[in-house]
Amino acid sequence: MKKEQRIKNALSVLFTLICIAYMLPIVIVLFNSFKTNASINTSTFALPNGDTFVGWANYQNGLTVGEYPFLKSAGYSFMITILSSALILLCTSMAAWYISRVNDAFSKVVYYLCVFSMVVPFQMVMFTLAKTAHTLHLDKPWTIPVIYLGFGAGLAVFMFTGFVKGIPLEIEEAAAIDGCGALRTFFLVVFPMLKPILISVGVLEIMWVWNDYIQYLQGSYGHVDLGAVMALIMMSIIPIIIFYLSCQKHIISGVTAGAVKG
Amino acid sequence: MKKSRQKNTAAVNSKLIRRPIQRWFALFLLPTFAAFCIGFLYPFLKGLYLSFCKFTTTSNAKWIGLANYRKALADASFMHAFWYTALVAATSLIVINVLAFFVAYALTRGIKGSNVFRGVFFMPNLIGGIVLGYIWSMIFDGILKRYGTSIVLSTTYGYWGLIILMSWQQIGYMMIIYIAGLQSVPTDMIEAAQIDGANGWQTLAHITIPTVMPSITICSFLTLTNSFKLFDQNMVLNGGQPFVFRPDGTIIKSTEMLALNIYNTFYLNSNSRGVGQAKAVLFFILVAAIALVQLRATHTKEVQQ
Repeated sequence: MKKEQRIKNALSVLFTLICIAYMLPIVIVLFNSFKTNASINTSTFALPNGDTFVGWANYQNGLTVGEYPFLKSAGYSFMITILSSALILLCTSMAAWYISRVNDAFSKVVYYLCVFSMVVPFQMVMFTLAKTAHTLHLDKPWTIPVIYLGFGAGLAVFMFTGFVKGIPLEIEEAAAIDGCGALRTFFLVVFPMLKPILISVGVLEIMWVWNDYIQYLQGSYGHVDLGAVMALIMMSIIPIIIFYLSCQKHIISGVTAGAVKG
Repeated sequence: MKKSRQKNTAAVNSKLIRRPIQRWFALFLLPTFAAFCIGFLYPFLKGLYLSFCKFTTTSNAKWIGLANYRKALADASFMHAFWYTALVAATSLIVINVLAFFVAYALTRGIKGSNVFRGVFFMPNLIGGIVLGYIWSMIFDGILKRYGTSIVLSTTYGYWGLIILMSWQQIGYMMIIYIAGLQSVPTDMIEAAQIDGANGWQTLAHITIPTVMPSITICSFLTLTNSFKLFDQNMVLNGGQPFVFRPDGTIIKSTEMLALNIYNTFYLNSNSRGVGQAKAVLFFILVAAIALVQLRATHTKEVQQ
């Protein structure tokens, strides 16, 4: 028994060290974001000192330099993320309910097309999707959520349908007998029961859209101003870290739910 | 008895539930279906069609049959990218799964701080691929500079750099799936084995691992498809460098993976877009084939249980 306890303590210490090492890449980015460009290049792993410390200058550059100033693009990313995720959750949960309850030939076709879309790699539609979005004016910040809905529908419909199939029909029948129409049955009876899967799908979509949209804006800065890139990386990671720390449990189960069910 | 009851509910279902919902088709199913057609179905079919065409933009497509596919398969850089991707996939499959399994195994022993450790391991998974590429190219170059080299100058460093990056990103994710699997191993089975005199390794090899086999299958296929689809990390970390210039004029990008090869065929030269689209279709068939094998593997496992 004592020996086992000693092993456990040793493991605890070992994992503390491993976890510190695991966080190092982010810590290195953090202190490089306060250093001059030259010193990021020549002494990547040195802490900022009197000569190399530049305060918030990199952050100021990151916020103003480039085609899209960070604040504006972060604002857009934020808006697009919220809008797309809300749209995906609402539309695909309704679609999934329709598919599993009506279950006619057409809904079956839609369902299998959704499952099919999950195995199609992005490169297959990369060129044609960009063209289609452009032609239909769906590539503006206010309209791009439609594209996210369309391309993200597969996984969301799949996950929602799987969940809805497990909800006993009796509840909806009772609602129908009590005089609820389809609308009230869905929004007052079914939708509240979807809470756990709404959280899972919501987390997945939020992570996907945020990372998908904001990174390409960062890409436009390239390697020109390393300090600004470091500052931008920190500024795009911090919202994720806050989001993660505030609801870690939901995020872990949400992000992994898609894989385990698929 | 049970059967007739089920039939009965189905009948009630169609009357009470089905009809009223069907009336609201335009509200419930149509928006998702319309967006799905715009965001997936039409681009997919158009892409399939364009793979048989010569084009620089979608409006000037000219049907040329299988020529694009022939060119794609004859392209040495595409074949190199395929084998390189397969190599990365095989290595990362082993490295990520072995490490993730042992981290999960250690963190289900009830050691102090397990929850914090899990949180730390999982976190890199939330960072986007492009940012990951920037972070690690800075770190690798910071180290390699002392030896007068760089991640873009060496195929070996580029290869192992990518494996390290992928491991950092994915170990936490696979660990979560393994933890779920390990927690479902019945404790009485392990206790019985211990009473019978099995040591730690024997219990692990004969009880724990066979019971978590479904998790191992899931994680193996996940790492496999993740590697095959890898794009952002590959592009930002070293962009396929170093390049090898062959005497016959072809350029082999030694660390370029399939997705990046397709992207480059599309956007570096607008005359080869048809070939790029054909490569994308071949890529899709490959990824879909892996998914089919996975489906069969997980299903047979379920039957066995």
